[in-house]
Amino acid sequence: MSSTDADTARGTEGPGRGSGPSGGADRERSDLADLEAGLDALETRPAPDRPPVGRILLDKVVPPLAAIVLVLTVWQIVHLSGVKPDYLLPGPLDVWGAVEQMWVQGTLLEYIWTSVSRGISGFAIAIALGTPLGLLIARVKVVRAAIGPIVTGLQSLPSIAWVPAAIIWFGLTNGTIYAVILLGAVPSIANGIVAGVDQIPPIHLRAGRTLGATGLTGVRHILLPAALPGYLAGLKQGWAFSWRSLMAAELIVNAPALGTGLGQLMENYRTMQNMSGVLAAILLILLVGVAIDLLFFSPLERRVLRSRGLLGRSG
Amino acid sequence: MALTVTTPDSDSGRATTAPHAVRFDSVSKSFGRAAARQRAVEEVDLTVRPGEFVTLIGASGCGKSTLLNLVAGLDEPTSGTIDVPGGRPALMFQEHALFPWLTAGRNIELALKLRGVPKKERRPEAERLLELVRLGGTHGKRVHELSGGMRQRVALARALAQDSQLLLMDEPFAALDAITRDVLHEELTRVWQETGLSVLFVTHNVREAVRLAQRVVLLSSRPGRVVREWEIDIPQPRRIEDSAVSALSVEITDHLRQEIRRHVQH
Ligand SMILES: Nc1ncnc2c1ncn2[C@@H]1O[C@H](COP(=O)(O)OP(=O)(O)OP(=O)(O)O)[C@@H](O)[C@H]1O
Ligand SMILES: [Mg+2]
Repeated sequence: MSSTDADTARGTEGPGRGSGPSGGADRERSDLADLEAGLDALETRPAPDRPPVGRILLDKVVPPLAAIVLVLTVWQIVHLSGVKPDYLLPGPLDVWGAVEQMWVQGTLLEYIWTSVSRGISGFAIAIALGTPLGLLIARVKVVRAAIGPIVTGLQSLPSIAWVPAAIIWFGLTNGTIYAVILLGAVPSIANGIVAGVDQIPPIHLRAGRTLGATGLTGVRHILLPAALPGYLAGLKQGWAFSWRSLMAAELIVNAPALGTGLGQLMENYRTMQNMSGVLAAILLILLVGVAIDLLFFSPLERRVLRSRGLLGRSG
Repeated sequence: MALTVTTPDSDSGRATTAPHAVRFDSVSKSFGRAAARQRAVEEVDLTVRPGEFVTLIGASGCGKSTLLNLVAGLDEPTSGTIDVPGGRPALMFQEHALFPWLTAGRNIELALKLRGVPKKERRPEAERLLELVRLGGTHGKRVHELSGGMRQRVALARALAQDSQLLLMDEPFAALDAITRDVLHEELTRVWQETGLSVLFVTHNVREAVRLAQRVVLLSSRPGRVVREWEIDIPQPRRIEDSAVSALSVEITDHLRQEIRRHVQH
């Protein structure tokens, strides 16, 4: 390379030249600023308006309500037509009566809380175990090869299949219930984070490394936030599996010392041949599952996706 | 075999008097094994002086990105050494590579945090860097709310936040429309002049290379080798339409074409 040319070139245009601006350079600079501001203004899309509340009600709330009313009506008609005796097919009002009775006795919230608190603590343990497990599978080749397929396979094994084994190990205790929850939820959560990590665009990992985010710093600042959408989907599914497994376990693991959760409540009504009570318990299980998803997971997921521009306002 | 990154004392980082910003010593890089072995770059010798703006040009697949990745430490050379006395270089990609889970300002603050800047200083420093690329007031904007040109400017600000002496740019403006690219050329020239950074800029747009650089380096293809260099003494501010820029671009393009034609026989 010729160094003489280089030196003259650097003398005229190297660093520092910008520090002595002439009037012309100033004008040019503000022209550039205007041009740039114009481009920015042209190319930036204004955020779409939030749709009015009436519109949201009409789009999001009315259809499910209508569906529920329809189902209740059909149920009531079938009930009134008398194809089955009342003790086999009670009407919606009988079931409502069963719920009301629990409310009046003050036991309703107790049943719900027994199950929900078990579900939440089981789910929390599942997160604590599933997250590092998922990270290991996602990031360590040997681990992925060794247990990746097993964890994926476990997801399709109904967790109720674990109940007999768990009873032999732990007896009719909370231990059995938690074991079944964990075996149901941990694989979902681990798979969720594996999927989340696999979907990270490689450029984000490379950008992170050039910024100096390596090792645990990289996991905390790049890997986890980048994998968050997939992770949340895994958590959501993990909660559904926790709740399902919990109900399966409660149905079978019924001992006075464990208190009465919704599953045990249902089993108790069954032994009393109380169909209204059984149906009421089913409805409560469904309601709690839907409520936790609607109040917690869905808003969280939408918030995350929206903040990354992965979801339109209307979506 | 090794990438030497000599890290200077943190405060003397800028003032270091190393004779070069980066030096390649017969650097080769191959991918794959045995029969499928592909030599991406071979025996590259190249020195970028402190404060110098060098563009690397070459046909698609000639190993430009490979070279930058080697300097950035994202990959290891198969043989030869790369000396980067100023510590870890900053790298800008063709895609903006901003993190969508952070706002524009937070992206910059993360770079500052990873560099060890104390928490209290991060916010004002991020604002200052946004001002530098003329994006004051976009600190709280989400990445997806910004236009392509604005994203690349935030990415430039984030790269500058690393306070590295060497800025590596891998076709950073290739995906932008001509007008925006033009504006960013002016912006980059200005930032380079104000900061005194050394820049190693990769492109396959010959005019862009001539518009920006003090020195243009032409790489051959498969394997990539340094074929020729041009020192450019056209004074800045230049424009891509300047006749001097055009004339030199034609000359360099002819050499580039010749390089590509050599591959007909293979
Ligand atoms: N990770 C890899 N594994 C195998 N081969 C690779 C890898 N990365 C690059 N190559 C090969 O090395 C050569 C150089 O690639 P490189 O991406 O550096 O080219 P480039 O000059 O940046 O091309 P472009 O202009 O298209 O960006 C190519 O032939 C490519 O196929
Ligand atoms: Mg490339």
